[in-house]
Amino acid sequence: MTESDVVISCRNVWKVFGDRPERLRLTPATTLEALRATNHIAAVRDVSLDIRRGEMLVVMGLSGSGKSTLVRCLARLLDITSGEVMVEGQDIGKLSETELIELRRKKMGMVFQSFGLLPHRTALENVAFPLEMRGQDRASRIARARDMLTLVGLKGREGYFPRELSGGQQQRVGIARSLAVEPDIWFLDEPFSALDPLIRREMQDEFLRLKGMLAKTIVFITHDFDEALRLADRIAIMKDGAVEQIDTPERIVMAPATPYVAKFTEAIDRTRVVRALALAQPVAGPVPEGGALPAGETLHALARRIVGDSRPMIPLMDQGRIAGILDRKAALDLLLGPAA
Amino acid sequence: MMAATLAKPGFFLDQRRVAQAILLAALVLVLFRGVLPAGLIRLPEGMVLPFADWINAAFAFAQNDLGLMTLTRAFSDAVEVCLDVTANLLYGKSRWPNVGPIPWVVIAATAGMAGYALGGLRLAVLAAGTFVWIAVMGQWKWAMETLSVIVVAVPFSVVFGLLMGVLAWRYRMAERILNPILNIAQSLPHFAYMIPVVVFIGVGPKAGAIVTIIFSVPPMIRMSLLGLRAVSPEIIESGKMSGTTRWQLMTRVRLPAARTEILIGVNQVIMQSLAMVVLASFIGMPGLGQKLLQLLQALKIGLSVEIGITIVLLAIVLDRMSKAWALKQPEHVEGATWVQRHRLLAVWLGLIALGFLLAWLNPYFIEVERKQALSLADPLDAVVGGLIDLIDPVADWLRWFLITWVLIPLRDAFLWLPTSAVLVALAGAAWRIGGLRSALVCLAFILPIALSGWWDRAMITLYTVFVSVALALVIGVPLGLLGAANEARARRFLLVCDTAQTFPSFIYLIPVIMLFGVNDVAVVAAVMVFATVPIVRYTIEGLRNIPPEIVESAQMSGASGRQLLWHVKLPLALPTLVVGANQSIMFALFMVIIAAFIGTQDLGQEMQRALSSTDVGKGLVLGLAVAFMGLTADHLLMKWARGREATAGR
Repeated sequence: MTESDVVISCRNVWKVFGDRPERLRLTPATTLEALRATNHIAAVRDVSLDIRRGEMLVVMGLSGSGKSTLVRCLARLLDITSGEVMVEGQDIGKLSETELIELRRKKMGMVFQSFGLLPHRTALENVAFPLEMRGQDRASRIARARDMLTLVGLKGREGYFPRELSGGQQQRVGIARSLAVEPDIWFLDEPFSALDPLIRREMQDEFLRLKGMLAKTIVFITHDFDEALRLADRIAIMKDGAVEQIDTPERIVMAPATPYVAKFTEAIDRTRVVRALALAQPVAGPVPEGGALPAGETLHALARRIVGDSRPMIPLMDQGRIAGILDRKAALDLLLGPAA
Repeated sequence: MMAATLAKPGFFLDQRRVAQAILLAALVLVLFRGVLPAGLIRLPEGMVLPFADWINAAFAFAQNDLGLMTLTRAFSDAVEVCLDVTANLLYGKSRWPNVGPIPWVVIAATAGMAGYALGGLRLAVLAAGTFVWIAVMGQWKWAMETLSVIVVAVPFSVVFGLLMGVLAWRYRMAERILNPILNIAQSLPHFAYMIPVVVFIGVGPKAGAIVTIIFSVPPMIRMSLLGLRAVSPEIIESGKMSGTTRWQLMTRVRLPAARTEILIGVNQVIMQSLAMVVLASFIGMPGLGQKLLQLLQALKIGLSVEIGITIVLLAIVLDRMSKAWALKQPEHVEGATWVQRHRLLAVWLGLIALGFLLAWLNPYFIEVERKQALSLADPLDAVVGGLIDLIDPVADWLRWFLITWVLIPLRDAFLWLPTSAVLVALAGAAWRIGGLRSALVCLAFILPIALSGWWDRAMITLYTVFVSVALALVIGVPLGLLGAANEARARRFLLVCDTAQTFPSFIYLIPVIMLFGVNDVAVVAAVMVFATVPIVRYTIEGLRNIPPEIVESAQMSGASGRQLLWHVKLPLALPTLVVGANQSIMFALFMVIIAAFIGTQDLGQEMQRALSSTDVGKGLVLGLAVAFMGLTADHLLMKWARGREATAGR
């Protein structure tokens, strides 16, 4: 991993609310209780993480865990109390107001939980708003906004006002607006939490479709662990403002770093998360005969074939070559629970 | 709150004991009035401070030495230019641009179309109908004189209010300075505003417009601040993430998102302007108000009712239209051509063309001549005369009974009370409600009244307000109970209250003068009617907002209807009712001062004298005395209601 691969990098980021947070001396050892004693509350505590180009990081935590505050620190909607946030090598805490506005006009887009649409503007005008702010001429920004609305499936609703649209449609407008400036970095703050479950699922599919089309660095906030598993390249789990674990969904499920993370994963059907490859052993010696299974599928997707296969060791195929050997008993144990 | 009192029972008892001790002291002062030294009954002459002279000196300094006069003159000249334009357009005063008057049919059609666009057919009929009524009744010129001032004053107030609101929103310091000023400004009676304006500007339409502007700015500041504060943080963040500069964020995100509150502010500005413009007849503002004043003074009931109807109709139309505008949500329109997309505009242009055509064909449609005008005055006078003959024995007896047995004894009792006892009792009551702080706040409000030397006048004002509000409670609470019986009726009652509150206070004098003539009873009746409206309103609101599960649980405990009312509903509605009583007192104070011109002996009458002798210092001292009485009541009642609501956990 080279330096240029990292788009956003946080080092020891603290965000403390209270009387005089700037006078505090914050070290990794500072406790919540010590802060509370001086009338301060830490929303983000000593967070360090790197987000790579094109990666999708999901920040997961319950309400009050500081996840929304963290994303606001990354976008500098909030000024951090201590530490540094680097975006493409620039310390955004040191940017002037003009530079910050420039950064947001060109590189960043954000989607909000309750949409944050301007009530007095039509869907089209909302999407065109960031383009208008940076002074783009009317014809080109309207054309671009039309394209974006078509992209999110709202063709024909350009003239509607936000209150005339359903929640799901409003969030589509929010998504279109955040993408209008072709940002490299895309923040989504619980974008689907305000929607009912059926629409949420539909929007997640829509989101995956968009994500596949556009190569963007994405920070996605959610309190829904299933949503995190479904969408993430990596997941950061937060508790009381600190990151408990940051890892791939599989590793979070298979190797939770703390008891808190383990608690989340308990009720999860691991076979839907864990891919065959994660259970595989390296190829040592002869490859077993017969057909191979696709290594990239989850165990759940392969379940029928694993049960039907009688070989103790099953080869796994990845991109046309044997990538590992799956121990059938271990796979069955995970699928069905250990033999009684 | 609850936890604090539980944790410190000693303190709680203390507060009650101290209050009881102070109230006891007040009682002693009253009981031993006969042996009190004169200095405790009324402040000795030597202690009266010449506040008025000080204020006059300050004004003279500002006017002459600071050159404030130049500034106010410049501002008033700017206002005058605008007034000339609207006066020319609306009633053809020969000033630039010399194109008016606009025919009344065109204005009526425009009002109708605006009503239709904002609120549909009913509002259209109401708006157009009002202007047709004004025209055919031959009141066009007076109404347009009034409107021409409102049309100028409202934009000035809105812009000032918005700017100050933004300032207060941006700088905490500005808010801290503005807040107490606004509190006092909103409890100063109308007349207190007029006197300085007369000194600086003189009398006439210009002075009327300027006093209207000053008077209607405060609610606009309040509503802009409220609106800016209420914008959802996500909308602001989405604006920031769209790369807005501060200016863009303010003009394209914050202000548009605060649209509803800002427009409610505009609505309040319009209603305040109307109320003030009518009253500004006292400083020579021509128009409906002046006509009404003259007719009332001449006791021409029928004609004053006609004008009264016009003012009421105008109030309703202006209120409904501006409220509809505030609450109107944007809607998308579809259509290919310009006419399809702007249907209403096209219809309006058509109507205007038609109106000008009619006006060109027949001058009746430009302005209705006096001899062509209809009048209801004669039949109205006949009806009113008959009615008065019918109820005169009752009204006469009632007048005699009230004056002899209620009003005069009560007034004498208020005047008999020693100043010291009143002050001590006030401190005791305040201590009981809000502790030492409240006691000090209330004394700080009332002690200056004693020091100003206007104590007797203030006691007469207090007595009028006391009697009126007591009567308003006796009438208003049962009316409210009646109104809250079911949802449909509650909505009907609230609509009536809402409408009644939009009427300029002046209007309430017409029926009482009609019934009781010009005396104390008429004053009390006018004040009482005006003060009943908020009581009915808040009684209904209080009863309506009781959570249904509490009522249901009481019913399941076997409470009878009467028990439910006395043990559940009224106690729960009480804090809201007290807020209503508070507003009622404010209304009553305003009304008492206005009613001064039908003859009272209180602060209001002195204020009228100050107005006619343009004595700024005296006028402001009297105005502040009224404001301080209102603020004292406000402080005590709101503190009590809030404490009560906090303990109820609501």
